[in-house]
Amino acid sequence: MPTATQPTAPIAASSGASRLVTAKRIALLAVVALALVLPSLVANTSQLNYAILVLMIAQAGVAWNILGGYAGQVSLGHAAFYGIGAYTSTQLLLVFGLSPWLGMLAGGGVAVLFALAIGWPCFRLKGHYFAMATIAIAEILQIVVTNWDWLGGAVGVSLPLAETGWWGFVFNKSKVPYYYIVLGLLLLTIGASWLIERSFLGYYFRAIKDEPDAARSIGIDLKRYKLIAIAASSFLTALGGTFYAQKELFIDPGSTMATSLSIKIALVAILGGVGTLGGPVIGALILTAIEEATRAMFGGTGRGTDLIIYALLIIGVAVFYPSGIAGWWRNLEKRWLEPKLAGRTRETP
Amino acid sequence: MTASFDILLQTLLSGVLIGLIYALVAVGLTMIFGVMDIVNFAHGEFLMLGMYASFWGFALWALDPMFTLPLTALMLFALGAAIYHVVIRRIIRAPMLSQIFTTFGLMILFRGLAQFLWKPDFRTIEHTIVQGKVAFAGLQFGLPQLVAGGGAIVVTGVVWWFLQRTRLGAALEATAADKEAAALMGIDVQKMFALAWGIGAACAGIAGALLSTFFPIFPEVGANFILVAFVTVALGGFGSVAGAFWAGIIVGIVEVLGGFLLGPQYKLALVLTLYLLVVLLRPQGLLGRA
Repeated sequence: MPTATQPTAPIAASSGASRLVTAKRIALLAVVALALVLPSLVANTSQLNYAILVLMIAQAGVAWNILGGYAGQVSLGHAAFYGIGAYTSTQLLLVFGLSPWLGMLAGGGVAVLFALAIGWPCFRLKGHYFAMATIAIAEILQIVVTNWDWLGGAVGVSLPLAETGWWGFVFNKSKVPYYYIVLGLLLLTIGASWLIERSFLGYYFRAIKDEPDAARSIGIDLKRYKLIAIAASSFLTALGGTFYAQKELFIDPGSTMATSLSIKIALVAILGGVGTLGGPVIGALILTAIEEATRAMFGGTGRGTDLIIYALLIIGVAVFYPSGIAGWWRNLEKRWLEPKLAGRTRETP
Repeated sequence: MTASFDILLQTLLSGVLIGLIYALVAVGLTMIFGVMDIVNFAHGEFLMLGMYASFWGFALWALDPMFTLPLTALMLFALGAAIYHVVIRRIIRAPMLSQIFTTFGLMILFRGLAQFLWKPDFRTIEHTIVQGKVAFAGLQFGLPQLVAGGGAIVVTGVVWWFLQRTRLGAALEATAADKEAAALMGIDVQKMFALAWGIGAACAGIAGALLSTFFPIFPEVGANFILVAFVTVALGGFGSVAGAFWAGIIVGIVEVLGGFLLGPQYKLALVLTLYLLVVLLRPQGLLGRA
């Protein structure tokens, strides 16, 4: 029995890793539990609103990650899908009185059609060329909507102030239902990403990203899987757009379709870690925290201080931590946590 | 008949004049892209800084933007080279996403700094040595626009001559063609990269100085030019200086004609559509390497 009492180093290391997995699962459950009871913990509406903002941008970031992270097709025009979601459900509500829940699905559908229509020609473009094409398309869409009077033009559209109710997707008295809806959307989006990551799609996406030539040579139809990635990503992004419209009860091209929003969506994923499940959520937490902190410290925009801090953060992460916080954490795990947990295994009899 | 023809001609020529400025901005962008395959989102901010350099020279010491132009060019050259050494050097081998967000971060940084230091107000330079109008064959042009267009031609020509006819220019071209081979030939590749950033920033800064006599100056002014510059670079062929020159003129004409026919609000949409058509149908552009 000497091997049982004195495990060799590799076994110790692997048991450290398995302990880490258990620890991570417990931590994950704790985070979800915390998210579920958060509305009863926050002190006031503005704190709850802050939590909703984090979840909204996190949801969009996780959706972006399916295309930009897993499949490696960098989109800087995701606000187009967000705007399509917001405008489709709003217009269906205003013209036909359709429930925003159905409008949300319709918005997702329209976004998928739009995504396939632009993906079909643009997926032959590589790297920078594709990224710049997505900026161009989103800008063109924004210009068209800005000048389209039927959609409210540059002024925007106010949604009817309906009575509070789940079917009508309006909550006047308390913002708590909005919190749970956006939390549900985020969990749905994470769930979809998780399924994709684990399925054959995840392998194909990663093959497209890392070894496109090898993937093609073994017969993977690259364009087909890129189209699947953009369809899933655009659908989930558009759901967030409808949520935004119902929460704000006002939409305009500047707030739902601007390139700055596209950049922010991509940025939370990059900050947290591209191609990881939880990265965009962590990125959203940090980015929103920094935005709020600079706003509180330096007061409002216009002075430029908030932009400077935001910019230094972006440059710092892009230059020094290209794999984001997730990459930094993985390093930490390998170097420090795993050996430590493994060491503890040895000590316990 | 002749009146509407005159209007059309006048519109076309004003498109050419602004197109020459687009060309000069794009020359710097295409050079950086060609030499090191990095898209510089902060390029419009070099132009903005060139405008502010002219403005402060005028406001503080009553120096005309045309006189301070060489100094503006030098300052921007130094800034471009410094940015290369401090930031860009670290991301040459980084994933594309990091490269995009680094230059994007620089863009926001310069806008924020400009807001912080010089306030977000619109500023203009009035009563410079280039003002008034010039009448020519029944057409009227603003002298500032004419001088700016002429200046852009000269500077673009100098850059082209430098690349074609000097040893240093040849070394830069060689680096763009093949970095490893250039390094083996004894070319200091790092120096070439810094040179490309310096020249690129200087071109944009000169464009800013030329614009400053007739265009409002504010921290976000670069946003008006960066997307147009991308389109110009694509149309000319990524990395081609001569291509960027002709493409700038075409983009200027497309813009004014589009504004004339569809309304000014669709100008940018039309120019961006041109980008999509070019990269999808003729990715090598007008004069690019296939």
